[in-house]
Amino acid sequence: MKDLVDKVKAFEPDKKKSPFLHTLYDGFFTFLFTPNLTTSGKGVHIRDRMDLKRTMVIVVFALTLCYLFGMYNIGHQHFVALGKHTNFLEAMHLKLVYGLIKILPIFIVTHVVGLGIEFYYAAKKGHGIEEGFLVSGALIPLIMPPDLPLWILTLAVAFAVILGKEAFGGTGMNIVNIALLARAFIFFAYPTTISGDQCWVSGIEYNGALASGEVYGWAHHFFDWIFSGLGADVFGTGGMAVADGFTGATPLGLAMQGWTAVTEVYSPMQMFWGAIPGSIGETSKPIIIIGALMLIATGIGSWRIMVSCLLGAVAMSVVLNIWNFDVYMNIPWYYHFYMGSFWFAMAFMATDPVTASGTNTGKLIYGFFIGVLGIIIRVMNPAYPEGWMLAILFMNVFAPLIDHYVVSANINRRLKRVKQVA
Amino acid sequence: MRTVFTKFFLLAFLLFLSQTTFAQAESNSGSNLLMMVLLLIVVLIAFAVIFQVGNNLLQMEATKVGADTEKNNYSIFPRLNELFGSSKPSFVGDSTVTKLQQGFDIKLEGAADRHINKVSVSTYAIQPPNYRGIAPIPKLAVEIGGTVKAGDELFYDKNEPDIKYVAPVSGELISLNRGDRRAITELVILADKEQQFRQLPSFDLDNSNREQLAAYLQSVGAWSLFRHRPYDVVPEKHDVPRDIFISTFDTAPLAPDLNFVVEGHGEAFQKGLDVLGKLTTGHVHLGLNAGGNSAPSAIFTNAEGVEKHWFSGQHPTGNVGIQIHHVSPITPKCSVWTLGVQEVITLGRIFTEGRWNTQRLVAVTGAELNAPAYVNTYAGANIGDLLKGNLNNDHVRIISGDVLSGQKKGAENFLNFYDDQVTVLEEGDYYEIFGWLLAGRAVPTASKSIPTAAIFSDTVYKADTNTHGEKRAFVVTGQYESVLPMDIYPQYLMKAVLTNDYEKMEGLGIHELIEEDIALCEFVCTSKQPLQQILRTGLDMMYEQG
Repeated sequence: MKDLVDKVKAFEPDKKKSPFLHTLYDGFFTFLFTPNLTTSGKGVHIRDRMDLKRTMVIVVFALTLCYLFGMYNIGHQHFVALGKHTNFLEAMHLKLVYGLIKILPIFIVTHVVGLGIEFYYAAKKGHGIEEGFLVSGALIPLIMPPDLPLWILTLAVAFAVILGKEAFGGTGMNIVNIALLARAFIFFAYPTTISGDQCWVSGIEYNGALASGEVYGWAHHFFDWIFSGLGADVFGTGGMAVADGFTGATPLGLAMQGWTAVTEVYSPMQMFWGAIPGSIGETSKPIIIIGALMLIATGIGSWRIMVSCLLGAVAMSVVLNIWNFDVYMNIPWYYHFYMGSFWFAMAFMATDPVTASGTNTGKLIYGFFIGVLGIIIRVMNPAYPEGWMLAILFMNVFAPLIDHYVVSANINRRLKRVKQVA
Repeated sequence: MRTVFTKFFLLAFLLFLSQTTFAQAESNSGSNLLMMVLLLIVVLIAFAVIFQVGNNLLQMEATKVGADTEKNNYSIFPRLNELFGSSKPSFVGDSTVTKLQQGFDIKLEGAADRHINKVSVSTYAIQPPNYRGIAPIPKLAVEIGGTVKAGDELFYDKNEPDIKYVAPVSGELISLNRGDRRAITELVILADKEQQFRQLPSFDLDNSNREQLAAYLQSVGAWSLFRHRPYDVVPEKHDVPRDIFISTFDTAPLAPDLNFVVEGHGEAFQKGLDVLGKLTTGHVHLGLNAGGNSAPSAIFTNAEGVEKHWFSGQHPTGNVGIQIHHVSPITPKCSVWTLGVQEVITLGRIFTEGRWNTQRLVAVTGAELNAPAYVNTYAGANIGDLLKGNLNNDHVRIISGDVLSGQKKGAENFLNFYDDQVTVLEEGDYYEIFGWLLAGRAVPTASKSIPTAAIFSDTVYKADTNTHGEKRAFVVTGQYESVLPMDIYPQYLMKAVLTNDYEKMEGLGIHELIEEDIALCEFVCTSKQPLQQILRTGLDMMYEQG
């Protein structure tokens, strides 16, 4: 064990000569070994096992199932659009490989850009690498459409990390959620790549009214070579026409025309299990709920935010049901939880401790309003099919205000006590 | 209020009902399970409403016939205390128990056995830094090389010359150790084999007023036994406490069992309480432990002339600061004194024995000891002497006090004046491969993310001083609140201190806290922030402001 530490330490670069390399080394060293720091003697002498690395990594663990399902679903949607292998469990190898080829560049670009900026700032400011981007970097690919051009992703990640985080002082100091900021950047700067009906199914090229599958690239051909050797189904050259009646629309895109328009294309169970087009990681509800339960069980994610967020969404959709002004409002309140990315937003986005309210009472209020606002934006604003990103960003900005009032209430209670005594 | 609730319930109920009937009419697409669950919820709510209405009728009837609704329960539902009444231990009797939900017990190896080891301590020290609030360089009353009896004056603070600080043992003053900026840190006395006590002038407690008593206590050195809140300082000369609080149990890790400590000192303890009763305009409050398996010592439960308060809960329930918060919170301008049980005994002995006898039991604890046990010594004993022959490892940290808020000491240093515990821990300067992921060593944790800790909550751990991670900015929220049973927002308070925001510090209750109260928050802190240091910075700022 000590030998191993010494071997790794032999690589340590000089801090003065190359601060960037040293920061990089330090980042990886502390990743590999918990450092031999001891308590200072001026406070507690023992410390809890829990640290920020572990906190962050547990969130990433909770997301792994979303990654697996998302990857598979990219491939599945692609083939369904082409009218091939429409059964969910058919040609699993092709769907997985297709998804992998899509998701891997997104994942790598996100991390290279995000971590690169993080390392740069850490070296510049002379502190260790903080773990903040572990979670942001795991979340960003999951909330992107699968066909997003990588240069847009690069811009978005750079924008979010520099202006959203480093400008405010790094991990723990940001006002709004980094992952959602990256998505919002794309949403407003390059709206066609992230909204409408044509971006959610991967590998479909639109040419006026015509749509056809993409022509496969070298990576697909490489796997074809393996699969043909094994005698399994192969991708082929691609360029096929899409299946009849293919729209590429998400349930939310259809919901404008009422619930029946949605169920004509997708059954509720299909939406529940997640075999529908959408952002990469947000379609499968049971898998997200497993992740959410994991966060609650480990105490990492706040159950207060999750529960109040759910209550807020239920309350608002019930209110809209009663109002019943148009066909969208008429969609029964519980069906709102089959469509869209409510669960993902609730479990992984709203619970970010840095941008959420910090007080327990505040968390309840904060979550509730996210639920309410998200449904309002979803149903009442025709320009934005989904509301959670905007609702959470909005409430991120309001979280300090909520906390301010909760904390002021505490201060006032104390003042009252002083007056009673006096 | 209740009718509002009932109306709200009914409205919600109707809403749910209408929704589900609509849904049933049109649901044929596999959402049966969801519908069943919803239906179940509706049925449950319906039952709840029926019960609530029935309950209200019952209560109305009870008031109508003039039954005593305060005393007897005329309700379908049991009262909260009836529901949990069985869990209230029988020794508490009719008194109410304050149950504190937040907190965490750190279970460590090396608790002291209930027997008293014989040790011979050759040197003792009185340490001016122990008495917070006095000038760093006090005026000495004895020259180096001079001899003193136990109870002879050693030094005084030049701002408060009437408050004397006296020698705990008799012997020769052999050295004077200095720290930063020549502040005197230790006045070392080489103790006589046979202890000689100065015979204190007698004092008629019954026929004297408070001023006379205070002046007497200041002159014999007893003023240093009191600690003034806010700030945890030695009280000023004319300070009159609103109340005096004593906690009779210590929930800190490996803390001494005060029931064992007080054994055989009932008379002195009661005398001490009587004296305290004369010093305060309010009451002397005694915090008793309702969370133990057996009743606290009869010396505590039968104490007279005091208000008794029962508490149960995990650490920091035994901290006097937490108990004050739940009995009568400290306000910025008020003055509350606190004492430890052994300090009360020392105070009582001035009147029962007529001498300054700081003899006390000290728990020598920790997993790095061969035989953790109690030792009988005087205040300020040399730590090396207390541990002689008992260490099984030399790579250790020695702490005067407990692992959470104690002070790091060397073997050549001395027990702090107010401490009744020495803890020895292993120094944790090791690397751990993937330490953030794998639990290579079983160490105590309050986090539920480490399943073994959550499931086997009775496990006793061997802790070390490793930080298990690096310092980070405040990220996780709600963590401090879960271990601090007070109506305080520690994270906001800390941020107020860091930004020098006096008004907020005062508003957020910095006066109610001292280091030991916030220590558990510092232990659980994911970001490894030095909360106790931050708090003390804030307290010092407030203290200087007056």
